[in-house]
Amino acid sequence: MELSLFLQYLFAGITYGIIYAIVAIGFNIIYNTTGIINFAQGEFLMLGGMISISLLHFMPLPAAITVAVVITMLVGALIEIVFIRWIENPSVLRMIVITIGISIIIREAALHIWGESVRALPYFIGSAVTSVSILGTKISPQVLIVIGVCSVVVVFLSFFFKFTSIGREMRACAANRRAATLCGINVKNMVTFSFMLSAGIGALAGAVMSPITYSQYDNGTGLAIKGFTVAIMGGLGNSPGAVAAGLMLGIIEAFSISVLPLAFQDAVAIAILLIILFIRPHGLFGSSEAARLKEF
Amino acid sequence: MEFIKRYLPIAGLLGIVIGVQLLTSATDTAYYLTQLTMAAYYSLLIIGLCVLMGYAGQISLGHAGFFAIGGYLSAALTSNDFSAYRETAVMRFMDTAGLLLHRQSLYGEPLLNIQPWPACIIAVVVAIIIAFLLGIPVLKLKGHYLAMATLGFGIIIFRVALAAEFFGEADGISEVPPFQLFPGVSVTGDFSDRVQNYYIAWGLLLLGLVLLLNLIHSRVGRALRSIHGSEEASEAIGVNTARYKLYTFVISAAFAAIAGSFLTHYNGGIGPSEAGVMKSVRYVAIVAVGGMANLWGVLIMGILLNFMSLRGMFGTYDDAVFGVILILIMLFAPQGILSLRIRNIFRTKRNDT
Repeated sequence: MELSLFLQYLFAGITYGIIYAIVAIGFNIIYNTTGIINFAQGEFLMLGGMISISLLHFMPLPAAITVAVVITMLVGALIEIVFIRWIENPSVLRMIVITIGISIIIREAALHIWGESVRALPYFIGSAVTSVSILGTKISPQVLIVIGVCSVVVVFLSFFFKFTSIGREMRACAANRRAATLCGINVKNMVTFSFMLSAGIGALAGAVMSPITYSQYDNGTGLAIKGFTVAIMGGLGNSPGAVAAGLMLGIIEAFSISVLPLAFQDAVAIAILLIILFIRPHGLFGSSEAARLKEF
Repeated sequence: MEFIKRYLPIAGLLGIVIGVQLLTSATDTAYYLTQLTMAAYYSLLIIGLCVLMGYAGQISLGHAGFFAIGGYLSAALTSNDFSAYRETAVMRFMDTAGLLLHRQSLYGEPLLNIQPWPACIIAVVVAIIIAFLLGIPVLKLKGHYLAMATLGFGIIIFRVALAAEFFGEADGISEVPPFQLFPGVSVTGDFSDRVQNYYIAWGLLLLGLVLLLNLIHSRVGRALRSIHGSEEASEAIGVNTARYKLYTFVISAAFAAIAGSFLTHYNGGIGPSEAGVMKSVRYVAIVAVGGMANLWGVLIMGILLNFMSLRGMFGTYDDAVFGVILILIMLFAPQGILSLRIRNIFRTKRNDT
């Protein structure tokens, strides 16, 4: 394989990989505070893209994306307050079914608001044909923006969880809910906040990727499955693992196009998911002892 | 006594089935039978899923995949032309056994298809083998992992149906021939055979129901309920949990494949949407509404909701309706809609005051 073609595939892989990693981190944030896998996670990315496209008619691009992120965060908070907050000791099956129901409702609402058409934000810099040259291969600046923004989000989140008091409180809830309550942390508010946070980073990723991947009412499901694959690969709840696993999956997928038909690209990710679930359900980077103690 | 208790409701249902048919022919509304026939086939899948979800406690978000395996294989084997493979050993053997159908295309070229009976059997056997091979690793998983793994299986089947030329890609397969069960009795969408097909579908559904009712009242059924209660505890009292879960998974997959095969012959075609994720979610929703471990409740809801959806009562909000139903049931009545009793609502109110 030529170097330039190799780099093309590599950059495509990294772009998708880091988006998958953002979805996976969104899963992890909610899983860590509640023990729930939020099957509606992919819909946050769709909402981020769609809302900012609609708002672009009224305001400049940065403002549109900011407002879209805020609106999606409110949607996330609303979901938690209406559907999750007041349920006492729900069974896992019940929560799976509820979050699947939420994802259907968001998707159907999006279908009735925006229709079936495929939309996209304009390229942030230049147009679809603008390119920068890296090591002799031409890359769209949008690709670099996606990689840059998502990397900043990842770094920001790790600082947030380490050094801010609210981040530390959220980690305390993840470690032990009852102990956190006894320390005076309002666990329920932390759960609401975790939904807002993962909705916010999802919406941001959905907006910056929109020029490349396009936005449509139903592209959340695919992203959610890829993101879940990545979350499992990295070990559920383990965010650095999710970044590594996301890049890995993105690159595998990108190179799979050179050997498999495009239609089977999704099947590759799902086959990886199934294989990992069968042989290492605690993830490539997780420890099996820790996984056994967790509730699924 | 036990015998009467178990079969009396079935006799009652049979009476209702016959009554509805007589009523529609008396009031000249026989067009309802078409949707009732289709609803019966979907309900066959749903009662199979009910035993898996409600009694064994294992969620499956991939049952549309098994439905599609049954439907697509039946359709492809009976409609695709195999004359290119005429000389292979398998084809020659099937020809001498009388399992092949020689036809002519519109332009007089010879076409070679497989007869519906062997095609249906091949389809169901393939679904059973896939369920068996998939079930061994998948059923070791729990909760979110099980849900995602079965969802992933469903998506792979959807992708294969969408991408494979053998299965007609995005168009699906149309002009599937009728399925002649016995001379004079065939599964087909012809209007003249509407009453006959109504009875075939409901007969099959009742047969499936009797099988499942017997299953859940047997040793297997008790084992399944103990698994649902606590897998560790039932393991400790000597129940082979892995084997019973696998049995149930395979049985429910076989029900789905049979339903898929018959409905495809009835509709005369199948498209990729039958394999879609939303279909699987819809089946899970109906099982949840019916009350999970309540075969009769699930059956009633399966017929009712499928009938309403097929009559187009939900309009463009079809999927949204199922999403809302799913959430409302899980939030307010996790034991199913039939568990809600007006008396109970009053009682909780009185306790509050």
